[in-house]
Amino acid sequence: MGKAPKKRSLADKVRKTKTSSEIKNNPFEVKINRKKFDVLGRKSKHDVGLPGVSRSKAVNKRKETLLKEYKQKNRCSKFIDRRFGEYDTKMAPEDKILQRFTMERQRVHEKKDVYNLNEEEELTHYGQSLAEMEKFNDVVNSDDESEEKGLLSAELTASHFGGGGGLLRKKALGEEEEGGQRAKSRQELIEELIQKSKQEKRERQVQREEAQELTEKLDQDWKNIQSLMVKKTPKADKQEEKPKLEEYDMMVRELGFEMKAQPSEKMKTPEELAKEEREKLQKLEADRLRRMMGEEVVEGAQSQIHFSADDLNDGFVLDKHDKKTLAYQDGKWNMGEEEEEEEEEDEAEDEEGEGESSEEQESDAEEDEVEEEEEEEEEEEEEEGSGEDDGHSDLESEQESENEEEEEASPKPKKTLSKEEVKAQQEAAKAELPYTFAAPESYNDLKDMLRGHTSDNQRLIVARTQKSNHPSLAVGNKLKLQKLFGFLLEYIGELATRSPPELSTIDKLIPEVYALCQMFPDAACKAMQSILGDAAHSMEETLEVKGHAAFPTLDMLIYLKVTALLFPTSDFRHPVTTPALLFISQALTKCPVRSLQDLTSGLVLCSLGVEYVSFSKRFLPELINFLVGTLHLAVQDKASLGYIVVPPFRASGKYSDLLVLSSSESCRSWSKKSLPLSATQQLDLGNDPDRDTHRLTCLSTCLDLVKRCCLLYKDLPSFTHIFQPIRTLLSKHLSTQTLPEPLQELSSEIVEAISSMPVTQSALVFDKRKPIPLKLLTPKIVEVLDYGKKRGSTREEREKERLKHKYKREFKGALREIRKDSRFLAREKLNEVMNRDAERKRKVKELMGSLATQEGEWKSLKRKKK
Amino acid sequence: MAPAKKRNVSSVKTAEKSAKKAKVDLSKTVERILESRKHANDVFDILESLQAEQEKEVISAVAACSELFCALLERKELFLGKLPGEEDALSGGYSAEDKYRIFMRHRYTSCVEILLEHLSHEHAMCCLMKFAAGEGLHPLEDLDWSEHYTFPERYTLSFVALVDNLLSKATDNSLLISRFQEFLEMEDVRYYVMSSIRDNAVVPVYQNNVFTLMSSISMPNQESELTNFMVKQEAKHEDWKAAKLHEHKRVFERMWLGFLKYKLPNSMYKKVLVILHDSILPYMSKPTLMIDFLTAAYEIGGAISLLALNGLFVLIHQHNLDYPDFYKKLYNLLEPSVFHVKYRARFFHLANVFLSSSHLPVYLVAAFAKRLARLALTAPPTALLIVLPFIYNLIRRHPSCRVLIHKPSAEDEPFEDPYLTDEEDPAQCRALESSLWEIKSLQKHYHPDVAKAALLINTPLSEQEDDISETLEVTTYELMEKDLKQPEIKSVPLEFETATRLLKGGGDVLGQHFCLA
Repeated sequence: MGKAPKKRSLADKVRKTKTSSEIKNNPFEVKINRKKFDVLGRKSKHDVGLPGVSRSKAVNKRKETLLKEYKQKNRCSKFIDRRFGEYDTKMAPEDKILQRFTMERQRVHEKKDVYNLNEEEELTHYGQSLAEMEKFNDVVNSDDESEEKGLLSAELTASHFGGGGGLLRKKALGEEEEGGQRAKSRQELIEELIQKSKQEKRERQVQREEAQELTEKLDQDWKNIQSLMVKKTPKADKQEEKPKLEEYDMMVRELGFEMKAQPSEKMKTPEELAKEEREKLQKLEADRLRRMMGEEVVEGAQSQIHFSADDLNDGFVLDKHDKKTLAYQDGKWNMGEEEEEEEEEDEAEDEEGEGESSEEQESDAEEDEVEEEEEEEEEEEEEEGSGEDDGHSDLESEQESENEEEEEASPKPKKTLSKEEVKAQQEAAKAELPYTFAAPESYNDLKDMLRGHTSDNQRLIVARTQKSNHPSLAVGNKLKLQKLFGFLLEYIGELATRSPPELSTIDKLIPEVYALCQMFPDAACKAMQSILGDAAHSMEETLEVKGHAAFPTLDMLIYLKVTALLFPTSDFRHPVTTPALLFISQALTKCPVRSLQDLTSGLVLCSLGVEYVSFSKRFLPELINFLVGTLHLAVQDKASLGYIVVPPFRASGKYSDLLVLSSSESCRSWSKKSLPLSATQQLDLGNDPDRDTHRLTCLSTCLDLVKRCCLLYKDLPSFTHIFQPIRTLLSKHLSTQTLPEPLQELSSEIVEAISSMPVTQSALVFDKRKPIPLKLLTPKIVEVLDYGKKRGSTREEREKERLKHKYKREFKGALREIRKDSRFLAREKLNEVMNRDAERKRKVKELMGSLATQEGEWKSLKRKKK
Repeated sequence: MAPAKKRNVSSVKTAEKSAKKAKVDLSKTVERILESRKHANDVFDILESLQAEQEKEVISAVAACSELFCALLERKELFLGKLPGEEDALSGGYSAEDKYRIFMRHRYTSCVEILLEHLSHEHAMCCLMKFAAGEGLHPLEDLDWSEHYTFPERYTLSFVALVDNLLSKATDNSLLISRFQEFLEMEDVRYYVMSSIRDNAVVPVYQNNVFTLMSSISMPNQESELTNFMVKQEAKHEDWKAAKLHEHKRVFERMWLGFLKYKLPNSMYKKVLVILHDSILPYMSKPTLMIDFLTAAYEIGGAISLLALNGLFVLIHQHNLDYPDFYKKLYNLLEPSVFHVKYRARFFHLANVFLSSSHLPVYLVAAFAKRLARLALTAPPTALLIVLPFIYNLIRRHPSCRVLIHKPSAEDEPFEDPYLTDEEDPAQCRALESSLWEIKSLQKHYHPDVAKAALLINTPLSEQEDDISETLEVTTYELMEKDLKQPEIKSVPLEFETATRLLKGGGDVLGQHFCLA
């Protein structure tokens, strides 16, 4: 019974496909979309349409959806058939019935099971119910099974018994089954089904069990073999050999690590190294120039540090570009030479290294740690190396080395203690210094940590703090170090405000600050910005109240200098240095000079200004104004000036004679000396000669700055006008006064430099632009490379165009569908009306008929009566 | 009863002084005095504590005084008319009632005197003003209103003395005057204050006081606004001078002209000029009377000239003043300090207005542009952000000035700048033959915004004029904030040269001249 309908449905399918092909072949059903021309290689999907088919499809679809909805309109209740598989069209009706039946049985069975206590507790053996086993139907793999179940067994039997061929046998079997099945009742069928499923389950269990048994056996076998294998080596030998092995291991590992620690590339000759270094510097320089021009920074070109492939990008190898590879120079190890230069620090380093290594040897001498330690040591060495000035001058470009020679020539801060003393002191102190430091949580923590240490030790402490809290070591370390940067800045400010200011400590701390800044540029930028912002804000406030402000204090001057050290001053626009420059300019324009301290502060600011613009050669008008004002302060005779002094200076007044010498005697004894930075804060010049010396030093500084400005701004078109007041001052006013020899030389040099500049200029014109071409009438010919794509627009435009097109198409389609829907509905309504009318007509007719017959009968009756 | 008391006044007074040195409940005393005349002598307690050392006591005493005497004024228990001497009253043939009144009137007078001594207290001042109001309602002098259409205060002791004391020649009363301002809101008070500021002296403190008082006078704009009177005059309101706007204006004008007649210190000059255009000129009946003052101020030069511009502008613009050589003088006002003074924004705003006329000769505009450009070489960035658009606007308005930035005819032949800096006459300064090389120089300015603004002269200027009003008030800090408050910086460029020492780097300028120690 189950088979017959299946067959019929199959036949139906066949017939249907037949009809579809028939339809396709039927010329009346087919509409051919004529193409205007053929395009080679293009396959069109819609060259043939079947309007009839598609229309009937559409109508059917509407009947299923729209019509149902229509009929359901204004009705709240709905009939849903929840019988199993009711809406599943794929299921054959027989299957549906079968499934429904099994489900029902299962439900009943479950209900029964709830109270059946015995059934629940099933005894098992090897995970198999004993009850099942007792039936001994394990082997029942007979042929008289159902078709699907029989598949496996049939094949098995076929392979086991061979003969006759599986196919033949199977066929016979099927026939036999068919014959048998016909005799079976519905009840039997169902029982069979149940049995089948049970059996299947059991089979699976058996299989699993077998597999388990096999693996167990394998394990046992392996154990036997293993014990044999182990027993082969005698115990006595083992004990002896063990230390040997370790020694060997250690050697191997050491060798391995040595190899690792060395550069993977081949050793480079000094020339190669120098070349590489120069290239890197050139690249960085080019980057700087580009930023100076204010061009947009290209992503990627940004990276200033060369990253290795293993870099975690956490800034651990911060001084990578200064890393010195192992190299030989004149037969000597390059690095050794450096180390010789400053013994003290190196020794400290060695000690530190030893200390660290001993520490770590105490703990487990595991490979990772050894590696780390080595790395750390190495890094420290690098840093020390970079901390020294000219350790590798011979490796750098010529220009660099020249610079460094200059640096050497420039006076260094003198040391009060002799070398031995320093060494002894340091050693003594170092014995106390721990090797790890917790990162300070607050500014006071940092202060406590650094209190009472020498400046060198302070630096060491900060360096060690930085190392022991490296971001790669723990999660929170990054934040801690970022905070440390802020605290360090604050500490520097505090050092500068102490009296006397401890500038040498600041000097020592600079490399650490730089290193931290390189690690966390963003945090450094924020910290510096907030300092600048606060200072500028307070200055603005005093300006609003008083109209003028006091010169920035020494800590602010130091901050400005640190800014220049940490951030590039030549950028066209930089989040830190641009405000810093503005601050300098603001201070130079709004702070009136009322004492020699003020003047010294002003000159420091001027020097900073010159430093800021020394590379980019940008024009800083306030700088020139201040220098003019300073020179003006030195003019004795303020009548008939011939130039205009710009605020904050005044042509005459209480403080306009600050730099006028009290006696010309002091000119002879004067010699140029560096001014201490602390002179910006307090200056105790008791007597006139001292004051005169200070005045002359200020004047010489001022003149030198003027000279530098002359060089910087010589390319400006209005150079002569900018330097006009200076020229007048120097040539007319200051030349008449008695000044020391070097100053007079300097001033005459400046005057010469100014007057040697060309005064003629060519008139301004606009930049030449490409002329706008006339419109041409010849057609534009564009070579078409890929067909089928719209051209002549950018990607976005094309995308927009495509979306617009799609929208239009969809809109049209939707409109058409809606129209069709309403047409369909209208037709349905009409049909309804017609049907209703027909019905009515039929009923009326019926009634009429019955009435007519009644009438007829009545009439006949009447006639009969009569 | 009362005379008996009065006879032993002195003895009672001393007795009370010793007996009631302790804290006196003043308000209770006041109540008592008002309750029955029996306690009239307690008024001495109040007057005594008015002279006490402690501030609190004085304040409470002032409150008590105002309560007491206002009530008495209301009850008309103070003697009216010409006051006889205290001794006369005793001997003269006055009734007991009259004697009481005379007694109270004398206490009132002494109270006012004490209050005037304590004028530095604002409470004292308020109290005095209350007395003045009370006297206005219940005049102490027996006046015939038909004869004097004037405010009673003019004749009251308290009011005249108050104004005189406010304008002290010895102390700076600016705080007190600012408190007094609330009374100046009242039309009649204002009117009489204005008419009582007459005599002038060239004493700085006095001038300062006078100026503070005068500048705190805010005049009404329309007659209908004259509603807020301290003392209402129901009868004769029509004829009352204090109720007429033109009278107000006349007095106001007289007051200011009287003040400005004298030589003023420079700071005062500036202060006057700052408020001149919007709180003095519009309220004068004849603003043209200010011409002399303004032209004199304009001639002085410097910041005062800059400030005088504003008043002059109002006169030229609204009152048809013809000022010869106005532009020449304006041209000569341009010097480097223009960019540094406080009134920079105001000056440039006005200069923009003056130079907005399209009927100005080209040479003049060119001279201004060139002069400003030359001055820009010494200007701070905030000023440059004003000046550069200003010059561009000039060139835009007068296209024939374009030669200043675009002179293709003389492109290849270099020449010296023909512009004469020291020439005072814009017609003679040869600005048109020059070019704005200064702006070209400013293209190398350190501040990115300025450099960008200066770069505009490389291409033809756009048609649209720049609006300089936004940049007029920008401070350096605001300029700085633009960089400081940038929301998201992609990545901060860092210095790649390793910093080793504090004084190293950047060409070693600092290291060469300064050392750490």
